[in-house]
Amino acid sequence: MGSISPAYIAGVYEHPTRKATGQSLAQLHAEVARGALDDAGLTKDDVDGYFCAGDAPGFGPVSMADYMNLRLRHVDSTETGGSAPLVHVAHAAAAIAAGKCTVALITLAGRPRAENVATGTVPRIVGMPGPEVPFEFPFAPTIVNAYAMVARRHMHEFGTTSEQLAWIKVAASHHARHNPHAMLRDVVSVEDVVNSPMIADPLHRLDCCVITDGGGALLVVSPDVAKSLKRPPVKVIGMGESTKGQLGGNVDLTYSAAALTGPVAFGQAKVKPSDIKYVSIYDSFTITVLVQLEDLGFCEKGRGGRFVADGNLISGSGKLPFNTDGGGLCNNHPANRGGMTKVIEAVRQLRGEAHPAVQVPNCDLALVNGTGGSLGTRHGSATLILERE
Amino acid sequence: MSDQPRTFAAPEISPETAPYWEAAERGELLVKTCSACGKAHYYPRTLCPFCFSADTRWEKAKGTGSVYSYSVMRRAAVPYVMAYVTLDEGVTMMTNIVDCDVDDVSIDDRVAVVFKATEGGPPIPCFTPLRDA
Repeated sequence: MGSISPAYIAGVYEHPTRKATGQSLAQLHAEVARGALDDAGLTKDDVDGYFCAGDAPGFGPVSMADYMNLRLRHVDSTETGGSAPLVHVAHAAAAIAAGKCTVALITLAGRPRAENVATGTVPRIVGMPGPEVPFEFPFAPTIVNAYAMVARRHMHEFGTTSEQLAWIKVAASHHARHNPHAMLRDVVSVEDVVNSPMIADPLHRLDCCVITDGGGALLVVSPDVAKSLKRPPVKVIGMGESTKGQLGGNVDLTYSAAALTGPVAFGQAKVKPSDIKYVSIYDSFTITVLVQLEDLGFCEKGRGGRFVADGNLISGSGKLPFNTDGGGLCNNHPANRGGMTKVIEAVRQLRGEAHPAVQVPNCDLALVNGTGGSLGTRHGSATLILERE
Repeated sequence: MSDQPRTFAAPEISPETAPYWEAAERGELLVKTCSACGKAHYYPRTLCPFCFSADTRWEKAKGTGSVYSYSVMRRAAVPYVMAYVTLDEGVTMMTNIVDCDVDDVSIDDRVAVVFKATEGGPPIPCFTPLRDA
């Protein structure tokens, strides 16, 4: 693994709204951009690189760059769904190392609530239909029932239980109660989760993330720019990105592409799972978290159920505090893409700016994992390892 | 078992996979197999996803297999069983388990193909449990 010039996350912003009835999509992108610039102490005219994915309106980054009137030297619209903001951080770091830009702005926003999108429970084709669509869409695959097949297979192979999965939601709810912006702030119990309505067996309503409007933005900057700013610098020290699908018909739902991206990121950062103080783990569903924790090496494959049980993910009492903002399960899942808020909460933790009730003491090393698409069909994955200097 | 009708959206047919749907009209399930490396794959492609040879051919599958995973979709007008079925030829395909009690499906159940009509398109390969097989 060759060494690279470091890049730093210098600005983050999470839009406070969870229902954006009165805002346009472009407006939300611009509002989160301004929030991140204010956080970093930079201005719009400092931005020379811009990154967005398929949630941005119009013609890739061109429309939003025009709306915000940016003057750019570098653009990137890599689309890997909910993992895209993590990939954008990795690509921004590479672009900065290559001298292509010095201040990279990454935005994400959406308004699925305001638009009344049946996000997870109705078959949807997003964008130009993929080659698999004729062989899948007629069978009415949805986001939920595809992930449900992952959970069912995990239970079959490893004996994972609904109660173990429920602990992931319970932990998220313990964190969300401290977040005034969280969509769901009530603490829930394992019984609450397993007694909530079944959506697609074995996933209950409370195994599913929230659907929210809003968004977030990140600023990735060069070492020189980072040094000139007042905010605590957060260094990007490990990055991995990949995809996984049906493997030509050798479908294996027991692992995700995090099994590929985790080792790359750990190798580059020269750290191991036991070094990590805090994790942001993509939580579209409880099972999503379980599979990633195993794939990233926080526990053995198949042991995830036992690992997450009994509050092990709750900050302050558990061994591996996760998603201390309440995550997608309780806080926010803007644009149906959870990667952005995962990076933001990891930066808060590394700066020591998480809510005091959930702040991890001496949090100097964090891991963020994002997935995008569906673990039940095909998905992107990206892993970031971030360090406080 | 639900008495309500379940409707299926029609697949879009491309030139690349037209023979698959023509066979479906005859009640046959086809699987693409590579003449270069000998491996079957799914969903069908012109280029083998294992060795990238263009020398792929359509083969008629036996039409039997086992449930790899499944989920009963409750949040639907008519609950249905989403599934992956591993064919006896070795490939795993997305499908639905039909013509049975939705609450009586398990992983490893033996199943057989049954084609279901779609709304204005060719029929699609669903599977039904083989009981006492």
